[in-house]
Amino acid sequence: LVLLSVICCPQNYPLYIRSVPTENELKFHYTVHTSLDVVDEKISAMGKALVDQRELYLGLLYPTEDYKVYGYVTNSKVKFVMVVDSSNTALRDNEIRSMFRKLHNSYTDIMCNPFYNPGDRIHSRAFDNMVNSMMMQVC
Amino acid sequence: MRGGGSSSSAEPGCKMEGLTLSEAEQRYYCDLFSYCDTESTKKVASNGRVLELFRAAQLPNDVVMQIMELCGATRLGYFGRSQFYIALKLVAVAQSGLPLRVESLNTVKDLPLPRFVVSKNEQESRHTALYSSDADNPASYSGVIPPPPGRIQVKKGSVSHDAVQQRTSTDQQESTSPVVSPQQSPPTSPHTWRKHNRHPSGGNNERPLAGPGPFWAPFSEAQPGSSTSSDPIWSGHSPPPHQENWVSFADTPPTSAILAMHPASVQDQTTVRTVASAATTNEIRRQSSSYDDPWKITDEQRQYYVNQFKTIQPDLNGFIPGSAAKEFFTKSKLPILELSHIWELSDFDKDGALTLDEFCAAFHLVVARKNGYDLPEKLPESLMPKLIDLEDSTVIPVISEVGEQTGEVGYSSSPAEAPPSKSPSMPSLNQTWPELNQSSEQWETFSERSSSSQTLTQFDSNIAPADPDTAIVHPVPIRMTPSKIHMQEMELKRTGSDHANPTSPLLVKPPDLSEENKMSSSVKFTAGNTVNGYSSSDSYASDPEQIGSTVTRQRSHSGTSPDNTAPPPPPPRPHPSHSRSSSLDMNRSFSVTPGQQQAGVVAYPPAVPPRPQPSQGAGPHVHRPVDAEGLIAHTSTSPQQIPEQPNFADFSQFEAFAVSGVNKEEEDEIEMHSEVLQVEKATDSASSLRVAKADGRVEDKAPANVPTSAGKGTTPLAPPPKPIRRRLKSEDELRPEAEEHTQKTGVIAAVLASQPSIPRSVGKDKKAIQASIRRNKETNTVLARLNSELQQQLKDVLEERISLEVQLEQLRPFSHL
Repeated sequence: LVLLSVICCPQNYPLYIRSVPTENELKFHYTVHTSLDVVDEKISAMGKALVDQRELYLGLLYPTEDYKVYGYVTNSKVKFVMVVDSSNTALRDNEIRSMFRKLHNSYTDIMCNPFYNPGDRIHSRAFDNMVNSMMMQVC
Repeated sequence: MRGGGSSSSAEPGCKMEGLTLSEAEQRYYCDLFSYCDTESTKKVASNGRVLELFRAAQLPNDVVMQIMELCGATRLGYFGRSQFYIALKLVAVAQSGLPLRVESLNTVKDLPLPRFVVSKNEQESRHTALYSSDADNPASYSGVIPPPPGRIQVKKGSVSHDAVQQRTSTDQQESTSPVVSPQQSPPTSPHTWRKHNRHPSGGNNERPLAGPGPFWAPFSEAQPGSSTSSDPIWSGHSPPPHQENWVSFADTPPTSAILAMHPASVQDQTTVRTVASAATTNEIRRQSSSYDDPWKITDEQRQYYVNQFKTIQPDLNGFIPGSAAKEFFTKSKLPILELSHIWELSDFDKDGALTLDEFCAAFHLVVARKNGYDLPEKLPESLMPKLIDLEDSTVIPVISEVGEQTGEVGYSSSPAEAPPSKSPSMPSLNQTWPELNQSSEQWETFSERSSSSQTLTQFDSNIAPADPDTAIVHPVPIRMTPSKIHMQEMELKRTGSDHANPTSPLLVKPPDLSEENKMSSSVKFTAGNTVNGYSSSDSYASDPEQIGSTVTRQRSHSGTSPDNTAPPPPPPRPHPSHSRSSSLDMNRSFSVTPGQQQAGVVAYPPAVPPRPQPSQGAGPHVHRPVDAEGLIAHTSTSPQQIPEQPNFADFSQFEAFAVSGVNKEEEDEIEMHSEVLQVEKATDSASSLRVAKADGRVEDKAPANVPTSAGKGTTPLAPPPKPIRRRLKSEDELRPEAEEHTQKTGVIAAVLASQPSIPRSVGKDKKAIQASIRRNKETNTVLARLNSELQQQLKDVLEERISLEVQLEQLRPFSHL
């Protein structure tokens, strides 16, 4: 029921978009784009505190009647956004957290790849597989 | 490989297996070879002039392919001299209309020379067309790994057999020949792709040969067509379609595919063309099952990789940082995306650096990729980083049905060859490996293991063997008396880490004993120190002890413990003063008593029920003897009167005996008095009695005692026993007993002596009696307390004794050893 997963760089352009191609993806893209504002809000709100104290998982950013948007931001301001179908009530917060954690880990692995230039779009097959499995598994 | 065959001197070592060429043929062939051998490498790539030549032969493409297969160039990937000659001969054979057979090479006599009549353009076009369909492109595989000589694709009986022979020869030939142009740029890949196309078919087949048929069909169709059309067709078969088709080619391991095209592959292709693909795939698969894991690294390859690793990182156990690896692999000119994927596959522990194993795996993948093999989704098992206790052979996932890994596919890699061969990509292996998906979990689990073991390997050297000497000292407190514990602690402090087995009592006991002795000795010293004032009393104590023992023997109190005669020495007390408040009171009381006769200053706890002293009533006027009698009577009655306090009785007896013992030494009367003393349990009274005895002896004793008591000064009755106890504790029980007795008697005597003399006047008897009563009560309480303390000490000493006995028993067997 994860409809869309997006990884955005600190400059707020997407590095990776993976969606379940069932619905109008454009709508989701727009949703994610707007939710980035929410993410920035949350980041800046805690700007006073040290970055270390800031929780990476931002939680529910933006609920609508159809879906929910969850956010996660790394210490380097790389944002992960996930759009989840609202109909799934079984998807708990912890599960979302774990999914973000997995995303983060995979993203770190990509970063370790010397052939990857930060800021490039992510084309890693392993990463794709991981995201697919994660999104499908939830469904 | 060289030697034999044609004897043309102009041709260096042209050994033609099973090929006899006539002089003219030889010359012709040689010229042709030279013509085709544009690069003068003694090898002729299937591209270029060879194909032109073959095109010029005006033979149908399939025939050409057959020829190439037969001559073994497909297997090799290029035309060696022998292959070339064979090919030419076959061309001649074909042109003669004879069926293409290897035997025909030699059987057909008087074969006209192959005719190559084509225009240049045609040649080129044909060349390309041929190229497209040529299964035999002797690719200038700058591959690192030549095809395995052992690879045998028996497609057609004798032909294959001979082809095998040729293949082997070509293989050998090829193995000796270095790979060309390792840095071949991708643009040449199309050629090599085609070669690889053959390779897969010819080599190890793990993938179904589903594609070749349809793949080749269009080619065969195309080729007969206009040669020009073949170009677009061929160009149309750019990598993706090749990949698709090659997917179907269950195939030679990338290593083998890298270099040469197997003749078998040529055969495969021909068979594919002619035979149903299913059959071939089955056949191929069957054959492939005998092959090794296609991803396995041969020794030569590995050696080469290791050498390359060394150029970057001299330490074989070290890492290659990501940046260096990036530079290195970028040289292979693979697209960054692919390199990135290769990295993801090979960097097993995801640390951004490559170990030797990871590097080899990456290198291998690069090589494979350069040769046209698509990268797998998961790292092949044989490429996984070496584990500690797992070998490649032992790790056989489901994927590799060729898990035998026995027959090494003779990758005669040429380590000297430049790294990533620029052979074009090979058909994708992914889709052709259906088991890949199955093994994904295996690989994942395996990856977990390997990653863990990876970490193990990395930390292997760091795992220092557990120091057996670092015995964790675990003090085992032997629950004993507090003194015991104290001793144990001291022992532990001393012995420290000597205890390998903390629970071993043996280890503990001896130090215990020693500690005990040490302690006791120290205590002795302390006791000795504290007994400063008691030393004098000791002498007195000794006597009373003996006397007391005798006296106690005389009197046996039912309630008394067997220790009447010799109360066990009390355990050594760390401090001379009594911990109990009563002792302080006693100290005070006794300090006071010397000064005051009736000093009942200290309010003793009413622990001692007032003992009826009928004798006392009559005592005062009875003078001392009366008193003594009373006391004696008291003594006799005391045990019965105070049955609940047998200890008291004991103590009183003891003291009385002690006192009596003292007296005995000197006077019997004194003994009586001591008895009285004991009975009364009031040293005051005893002393008073003794004093009141109005005996010179008593007086003698008294002054004698007085000075001792004076000498003791504030030394109370209670403390004196303590040094006795300590001494008893440290020494044998017997010895201190005497001392104790003497001490106690001495103390008692001192107390007695310290007591002021009771006026002997009858008129003051009542007062004296009352005073004596009071004093007796006081002494009663004091003695009661003293008794309880001594009893406690007795218990402690008993426990010690038991423990010592146990230790002794434990040591006994060792003493026998």
